[in-house]
Amino acid sequence: MSTEPVRFYQVGSFAVGNRLLEDRDRTVQSEPRRSNSLDSGHRACQGCGEALGARYALDAAMRATGGRLVAVNATGCLEVFSTPYPESSWRIAWLHSLFGNAPAVATGVAAALRVLGKGDTRVIGQAGDGGAVDIGFGCLSGMFERNDDVLFICYDNEAYMNTGVQRSGATPPAARTATTEAVGRDPGNVFGQGKDLPRIAMAHGVPYVATATVADLHDLERKVERAMEFDGARYLHLLVPCPLGWGSAPSDTIRVARLAQETGLFPVYEAAFGEVTAVSPIRRRMPVEAYLSLQGRYAHLFGEHPRPDVIARIQAMADDNIERYGLLSGYDYGADRGGDEN
Amino acid sequence: MLRQIEGSRAVAETVACCRPQVICAYPISPQTHIIEALSAMVKAGDLTPCEFINVESEFAAMSASIGASAAGARAYTATASQGLLYMIEAVYNASGLGLPIVMTLANRAIGAPINIWNDHSDAMAVRDSGWIQLFAETNQEAADLHILAFRLAEQLSLPVMVCMDGFILTHAVEGIDVAEQGAVDAFLPSYEPRQVLDPDEPVSIGAMVGPEAFEEVRYLAHLRQLEALDLIPALAAEFESMFGRPSAGLLSSYRIEDAETVVVAMGSVLGTIKDAVDARRDEGDRVGVLAITAFRPFPRQAVRDALAGARSIVVVEKAFSIGFGGVLSTDVAMATHDHACSLRTVVAGLGGRPITRRSLEGMLDTAVRDELDTLTFLDLDTGIVEREQLRMAETRRSGPSAEHVLHGLQSGPRPVDRPVP
Repeated sequence: MSTEPVRFYQVGSFAVGNRLLEDRDRTVQSEPRRSNSLDSGHRACQGCGEALGARYALDAAMRATGGRLVAVNATGCLEVFSTPYPESSWRIAWLHSLFGNAPAVATGVAAALRVLGKGDTRVIGQAGDGGAVDIGFGCLSGMFERNDDVLFICYDNEAYMNTGVQRSGATPPAARTATTEAVGRDPGNVFGQGKDLPRIAMAHGVPYVATATVADLHDLERKVERAMEFDGARYLHLLVPCPLGWGSAPSDTIRVARLAQETGLFPVYEAAFGEVTAVSPIRRRMPVEAYLSLQGRYAHLFGEHPRPDVIARIQAMADDNIERYGLLSGYDYGADRGGDEN
Repeated sequence: MLRQIEGSRAVAETVACCRPQVICAYPISPQTHIIEALSAMVKAGDLTPCEFINVESEFAAMSASIGASAAGARAYTATASQGLLYMIEAVYNASGLGLPIVMTLANRAIGAPINIWNDHSDAMAVRDSGWIQLFAETNQEAADLHILAFRLAEQLSLPVMVCMDGFILTHAVEGIDVAEQGAVDAFLPSYEPRQVLDPDEPVSIGAMVGPEAFEEVRYLAHLRQLEALDLIPALAAEFESMFGRPSAGLLSSYRIEDAETVVVAMGSVLGTIKDAVDARRDEGDRVGVLAITAFRPFPRQAVRDALAGARSIVVVEKAFSIGFGGVLSTDVAMATHDHACSLRTVVAGLGGRPITRRSLEGMLDTAVRDELDTLTFLDLDTGIVEREQLRMAETRRSGPSAEHVLHGLQSGPRPVDRPVP
């Protein structure tokens, strides 16, 4: 007898309602008793991908650790919008020290917990791309190299948003920032620069590295929970759209994040001990224009003086990623989350 | 019991007796012997429980100490010179957060030109960082001050820096009475943090504070540091009663009672100064010494009282503020502003230049005769300076200056290299 898997596709998205899932497959966010690590009322902008990502990630980590969690934060948007007293949004033990030292501070916390016999309490370090890719890079590399027991999360919004959208080592080519203006012959950020921090993390041979976006809540939560199964240094690179810096509509944060993955520009994968172990395949391949055209930071590539040549170079980057990570192969629609046979 | 032992070794053994729980280390001369000894103790299991972390920079050393301290562990690190400057952002952060980290500073000059030898430029560079800064005169003081430092730091919830002269103290082997574990345990209770990262009682530490409260927060830190002015003498007295030997307190004096001219200084140079003072006393000059142990908080009232009888004050400093003059001198001047006395600054021993008894005696002789300049650079070779100035005036592309000064030195010995008669 042949069977056909039932798929729950909502209009315009592949998300499936939690109420149609088994309890064990439901998201942490769907739990009324979730920890709300980053509580409501903070000062993030409307549609902030970082606020969303931090809440997802930390609540998942809180569940994975049974609430035994300490978070260390670098200076940046997440720190600023969450803390001005008496309005701290953090409902977990939380420490902010400096911009460039969050990985080292997390190392110290982990060491203290170990020596004090509180090894069941786990440590998360978190920073934006500036705090991880650039100014905190030395401390992060040291933490990786020593294999300190820290999960470090980079909320990558691809520029220094807290200081007013300046270029970082994670800013993509052609993107307009306050220091890579959309002027001159080659407007926006230059090609051929920037750091691939997840690959650099993998080169350290740490137990677990993963990338994710805020568009796939199930995937993000699962990766945080997976990361918590390892001892040692772990790294999660999370793409978080920034409506203010990217010039995208606040209501498009999830759409933009999904398009980053579906175009191939942001490969979503997992790696263990330096080797890629799983990739999230592209379900419906999209041209990069679909991603770029939603964002004001690429507006100079369209309009009166379009730059198909630049768009073609960005498309080539996406194509390279698709080839390199095999993003078009292995997608099994029948195994799609929510596609259980009912 | 006195043992012939290197200063760094004595400090390491004393720190180990203080039961630090997290030690973050990054190598920089001349503090390396301290962390090497502690590393070996942890690795051998002689110092336990303790996590020894080989970090990738001094910035990380202080940052990891911040994390460890905030999580409730007793944290220790050591640095010097460029290392202190490299961690300076975290140095300010540790005190701002009120974390009782103890750090040994093996005082060393700051480049450029790069120089590994002793002076006090590094400590002066973090004068305003909110750390308590204690200067050791001898290796016995350096070792003992660490015990006091942990107690002081944890009682006030403020970080403490124990400053000891690089090489002169750190690498000197001499008879030192290193404290016994039992005595240290009796003096230093286990660390009970004021604030701690605890999942059971989650708090936010390190929040943003705007103009509505920043001044008050800073003022509270000031008040807290000023508490040390009472606490240090009390702890020193308690130390003496428990260990049977005096501990350095805020300050101490030598032959100061009837002194008309008083030399004020910090660190190991005080020994040479006391010898020079003895020699001048033999000649009938009424000279004395005021030794400052606590540079921050600065014991303003105690300094004022100690110098009440002085007609002439000479501050001997191993650092100076380029474009102005003395650093310690400014503080002494503030403390004695209502005294009818003269105050002069002698900058000496920069980059490890030996401060000889002969030079100090000569300086004192000039001071007693009231002929000492307001700002004097001890043993400055003006010939070298003038030659280099002339050379630089000759051509625009005169090249690197320090290197040419060294080149010019080959022409003859410096005055300090001549044998003491």
